[in-house]
Amino acid sequence: MDGANLTMPLLSVQRLTKRYGPRIGCAEVAFDLWPGEVLGIVGESGSGKSTLLSCLAGLQRPDEGAILWEGRDVLGFSEAERRRLLRGDWAYVHQNPRDGLRMGVSAGGNVGERLMAVGQRHYGAIRDTATDWLGRVEIAAERIDDRPSAFSGGMQQRLQIARNLVTGPRLVFMDEPTGGLDVSVQARLLDLLRGLVRDLGLSVVIVTHDLAVVRLLADRLMVMKSGHVVETGLTDQVLDDPQHAYTQLLVSSVLQV
Amino acid sequence: MSAPRTPSRAMPPQDRAARPGNRPDRKGTAVSDYNFAYLDEQTKRMIRRALLKALAVPGYQVPFASREMPMPYGWGTGGVQVTAACLTPGDRLKVIDQGADDTTNAVSIRRFFQRTAGVAVTERTADATVIQTRHRIPEQPLTEAQILVYQVPIPEPLRFLEPRETETRKMHELEEYGLMHVKLYEDIARHGEIATSYAYPVKVEGRYVMDPSPIPKFDNPKLADNPAIQLFGAGRESRIYAVPPYSQVVSLDFEDHPFVASKADHDCDLCGASESYLDEVITDDRGSRMFVCSDTDFCNARQAAGHRGRLSAQEVA
Ligand SMILES: [Zn+2]
Repeated sequence: MDGANLTMPLLSVQRLTKRYGPRIGCAEVAFDLWPGEVLGIVGESGSGKSTLLSCLAGLQRPDEGAILWEGRDVLGFSEAERRRLLRGDWAYVHQNPRDGLRMGVSAGGNVGERLMAVGQRHYGAIRDTATDWLGRVEIAAERIDDRPSAFSGGMQQRLQIARNLVTGPRLVFMDEPTGGLDVSVQARLLDLLRGLVRDLGLSVVIVTHDLAVVRLLADRLMVMKSGHVVETGLTDQVLDDPQHAYTQLLVSSVLQV
Repeated sequence: MSAPRTPSRAMPPQDRAARPGNRPDRKGTAVSDYNFAYLDEQTKRMIRRALLKALAVPGYQVPFASREMPMPYGWGTGGVQVTAACLTPGDRLKVIDQGADDTTNAVSIRRFFQRTAGVAVTERTADATVIQTRHRIPEQPLTEAQILVYQVPIPEPLRFLEPRETETRKMHELEEYGLMHVKLYEDIARHGEIATSYAYPVKVEGRYVMDPSPIPKFDNPKLADNPAIQLFGAGRESRIYAVPPYSQVVSLDFEDHPFVASKADHDCDLCGASESYLDEVITDDRGSRMFVCSDTDFCNARQAAGHRGRLSAQEVA
């Protein structure tokens, strides 16, 4: 954590509420995320965790509340500023790699796109960086000109991660990044993610229904039910000594598996 | 559509903007001229407004209510509508297709305007006041007294990688053009060089990225700093865009793969020109071939002036 700004949270979320007509998506959610911290948001489907993530990442607009990025409310950003943030300091890893990749573009082009989006205009340098990043997500350099449609699901997800991290974002949103993968593939991806988060000092907000994922990755947990946060705390604390009845149910159901 | 307004307010600025420069054969505009050249008054006014906007925002695709024209879409109905909106009785029209005046497409469009507008026509670039083109820019440098109208099949340069229209519009609005370089990156990755040789993307006046229509990239440098007005019409896609005279037009590239306006490495076999864009023509079933200027007017003029190419003598003999 040395070198990080410990006087101000990287992201500060205040009273965030999103409704769909009379139905509540998420209500009165508040938390601070500090530099280098990984926050896990867990809950069943319909708990509001995905709504919260898409509000945080600017994919949906909340009805109330504030999202302060280094002290500035991103809800007040112009669309141009918001999109610049999303391809610069922020990144978003989709559950389905097809949503986060360009399937008709080579692996190298996929990784290089964010570099070109921020103005890099040297083909050789872009390609070198792409090659390096493919290596970091354990994709062989000779696959650089292959399209993602020729990749396995696990490789596609690793490519999506490389594509997102290549510009050195400081905050990464992840939506069920291991969802839809075989168990053995999940484990490998989790190890890879853990290594990258640690090596790069990334701040991460990760949404999942899988407690094994947050056990391995998250420093802190937020448990959501019916749009509300019912429990927060350090990951080990929450998982080993859950206080709220719903959390106890979640933890016990994972033990039964 | 609102009711037609009195022409006194709408006409003079439209007319000036659609055809500036010193056009010696231009007559004073009378109200009766307004319905001239196939299009009804409402349509012509609507297209001229779109043209004005396009000239005011160089490279920006202006939507317009494209009309059915008495010819198939592939024949350049967008270009035809733009030409129709620009023509006045004093104009002299040239129509080229791939550089030639005598293809079916060019002949049909030329006849269409002879019939509906009665304008004079010419095959000589220098004599034309309005030139409608498909796939080429004439070799002869244009002047301030000329309008070049391009037929455009697909106006959106980002379409190749981003099919969503809402998203491409947003990208233009926010100047998010990284995707254009992804296309060029893919080219180099696959072919070792930027293999795009037609419809090569350009940035106009440092702002909008534009598809120059399927002209060969050899012609791209002529887009820039050109004294003529360049108008682009896409009929099926209902878009008009423009490059005003003397605009900055830059072909996109990489620092280590710079843009090159390449052509076949030959001289014209008929007129000997070394600096014109060439078509390769197969001359017999044994694979013999020759290279000739794609701009037939340019080639004919050079031959008439006594220039000769590699195969000229054989023709005489
Ligand atoms: Zn020639």
